[in-house]
Amino acid sequence: MTLLAFDWILLIEKFVLIAIIVSVSLVIAMYETYAERKVAAFLQDRPGPNRAGPFGMLQPLADGLKLFMKEEIIPNTSNKFLFILGPCLAMLTAMMTCAVIPWGSHLELFGRHIDLQIADINIGILYVFGVVSMGVYGIMIGGWASNNKFSLIAALRGASQVISYELAMGLSLIALLMLTGSLSLRTIVDQQMAPGHLWNIVYQPLGFLIFLVCAFAECNRTPFDLPEAENELNFGYHQEYSSMKLGFYLFAEYINMFISSVIMATLFFGGYDIPFLDESTLNPNVAALLGGAALFLKVVFFIFLFMWVRWTVPRFRYDQLMDLGWKKLIPLALANMVVTGAVILWLKK
Amino acid sequence: MSITVVLFWFLTALALLSAIMVLLSKNPVHSVLWLIVVFFAISGHYILLNAQFLAIVNLIVYAGAIMVLFLFVIMLMNLNAETEPQKNTWLKLAGAISGGSLLLILVSVIRSATDMTGRTAQVGEGNIGLISNLGKALFSEYVVPFEISSVLFLSAMVGAVVIGKKD
Repeated sequence: MTLLAFDWILLIEKFVLIAIIVSVSLVIAMYETYAERKVAAFLQDRPGPNRAGPFGMLQPLADGLKLFMKEEIIPNTSNKFLFILGPCLAMLTAMMTCAVIPWGSHLELFGRHIDLQIADINIGILYVFGVVSMGVYGIMIGGWASNNKFSLIAALRGASQVISYELAMGLSLIALLMLTGSLSLRTIVDQQMAPGHLWNIVYQPLGFLIFLVCAFAECNRTPFDLPEAENELNFGYHQEYSSMKLGFYLFAEYINMFISSVIMATLFFGGYDIPFLDESTLNPNVAALLGGAALFLKVVFFIFLFMWVRWTVPRFRYDQLMDLGWKKLIPLALANMVVTGAVILWLKK
Repeated sequence: MSITVVLFWFLTALALLSAIMVLLSKNPVHSVLWLIVVFFAISGHYILLNAQFLAIVNLIVYAGAIMVLFLFVIMLMNLNAETEPQKNTWLKLAGAISGGSLLLILVSVIRSATDMTGRTAQVGEGNIGLISNLGKALFSEYVVPFEISSVLFLSAMVGAVVIGKKD
């Protein structure tokens, strides 16, 4: 019987890795909600949540419990199946992106070489784009199935915003990919770690800036949080949702924020590379753990940046948003691409 | 049965079932969602053929962008099952017969084509679908058709902007 002939140990190893990465992302998303409130409080000169546990550290648990305990309401006129599918899709697509991200170099345990990455596919970054473009459906299906005009308008806004900014994001990446010559995220990180090679931010500062702006728009974060502009649209595409289904939508946003921070750190800031240190001289296990910690620090900085901007910059108007995406970022990204290509040709000659 | 064969039959069944559901769904939004499932199944087939780039581009372009636009239009038109006009039975019958004969012709052509006889799919071993090979083929062997089609796309885009512009 050769049905399902696998390397079972590999399967178990990947399964454990997936379980760890998914739970870590969930915990980070949980504490992002806490950090958001603390950062907002800090910027507005007030203490923020400080009742549950020391420094309010247990606040996310209390919030989660509250969401679970609330009454679940499914509107009578909604499309029930799609109404439930919407938040599930939002959550699923948010979690799926972490499959191709290299979280560290590799561990050597029990004589096995364990890569700290679920799948190193040769189209890594395109996979991320594919999953992100699926993320639109969570918003659209939820907004339409609620059978509420405000939800529908917000869903359409959200979807068109994500599609528009995906273009500029893809174009800004093409210049980077011309430099690296590979779509695999691990290869991109390895190139940045190689001695004598600097982080990609040095070669692609404009590309990074465009990518950063687009990442804000893709995550529906202020100044681009038009889909949930509460003073125009009541609440946004999740207006009819209550209880944990609402929680899923909000949670998916925080996971997206985490994942896009990881991707920015990986593509432009060396991923798990520790600056001014040659990792190959260390024990591989120590190097992997230190590298993971370095990646984590970079990610924390980007998450803080997301929050910092949210509580500093006011929201754009919708036509300004579209202008910025189509008339400024895309031409800028195209110019960046052409200049990068020309410089590569000139230097290679 | 190896795992590839199991996956092949699963994806085939999924693709056919959801393609039939596209036609049978009363609600156009459901039709679009089933069509997205079809694209996923076809992408799965591409991955079995080791064409990862085609698989993911199929998802990004068709499932991710074109279907979103379909969904936009259908959601804004607000089609309901109640207001949908019932089509004539004769029309349905005529459609079924003409569609069925087209299927018959296509199947017989594909089965008897000399290019196809005696060939099997390169499951998991072909490498033309990998991105570096595809890129080299597109930009060396097929560079002229590739550039011409890109000009065609550009002109279509300009045309769409001109039509959509208010003046």
